[in-house]
Amino acid sequence: MKTSEEIFNILKEKFGEAIGELVSDKPAESVIVVSPMEIDKICLFLRDEKDLEFNSLMNLSGVDDANGEKVKDENGNEILKGGTLSVYYHLESISLKHKVTLKVSTDRENPEVASVEEIWRTADWHEREAFDMYGIKFLNHHNLIRILMPYDWEAGYPLRKDYQNPEFYKGMKVPY
Amino acid sequence: MGLLDKQFTDDNIVITKVEDLLNWARLSSLWQMGFGLACCAIEMMATSASHYDFDRFGVIPRPSPRQSDVIIISGTVTLKMALRIKRLYEQMPDPKYVISMGSCSNCGGPYWEHGYHVLKGVDRVIPVDVYVPGCPPRPEALLEGLLKLQEKIRSESLVNKSA
Repeated sequence: MKTSEEIFNILKEKFGEAIGELVSDKPAESVIVVSPMEIDKICLFLRDEKDLEFNSLMNLSGVDDANGEKVKDENGNEILKGGTLSVYYHLESISLKHKVTLKVSTDRENPEVASVEEIWRTADWHEREAFDMYGIKFLNHHNLIRILMPYDWEAGYPLRKDYQNPEFYKGMKVPY
Repeated sequence: MGLLDKQFTDDNIVITKVEDLLNWARLSSLWQMGFGLACCAIEMMATSASHYDFDRFGVIPRPSPRQSDVIIISGTVTLKMALRIKRLYEQMPDPKYVISMGSCSNCGGPYWEHGYHVLKGVDRVIPVDVYVPGCPPRPEALLEGLLKLQEKIRSESLVNKSA
């Protein structure tokens, strides 16, 4: 069993630059910030290293940090420019009974994160959901298509903070 | 108004109007499409089960829209599902009836404002005969809705389809 600090130190030693800070000032589990393009290698190490053994991805979720600049688009709607979208990974080792939370932040305009779908099969649908709701592209995902919204949904990504619902979808009025 | 009002003392003969006979037959065997959407469907299933016994009103779930007379929209209608519901409705043979069960399918329910994925009322895609309010409605409420539909069918005429 290892604490987040110990895991952070192991990762820092192994991956160096790819590992950011350890955020532990929140009244929640500590979060290790890592680089979005290295997350797959880090996760593979976390799963296969014998004194870490993270054999379960409990959850993977997208987050809109909404830290961009608020600007008006041509229709007068407020949209966000710049800033980041994040993905959180909650890992657990069932055998060693320890947990860790990872976070990657990626550019809002072109959000790209390496896929961990090959490492935990659970991540397949979780990543599709994050793609569906936030438009985060998971590189090397074998089937990155919408999972909840209709496949031909063109109005954007519903859980982004500046999302605007369309007036009509296939002739059906959408707003109340 | 009952079909047997003018029964002769001699058994086996009943005098009635064709209209009344057809309406009586129609309202007494409303075959329901075996179709559920969300939590309302659980209440609908409870209504079908032995305690509330939908079958005593002639309601039997059918596995195909082509054998169904009534479709109960029991749950949240998402935009994705709305297209399928429309197609199922179009596959049902006339005469066909629609019961909208619960707040979601009546008007969007709790998703009316922020439900980016929810159709705000199934009556935006298919015509509804009876709305049953509730979230979800109790089986008694659904039974009441069915009785209202039967009432509606009872007053149909051969010339004008009123329901």
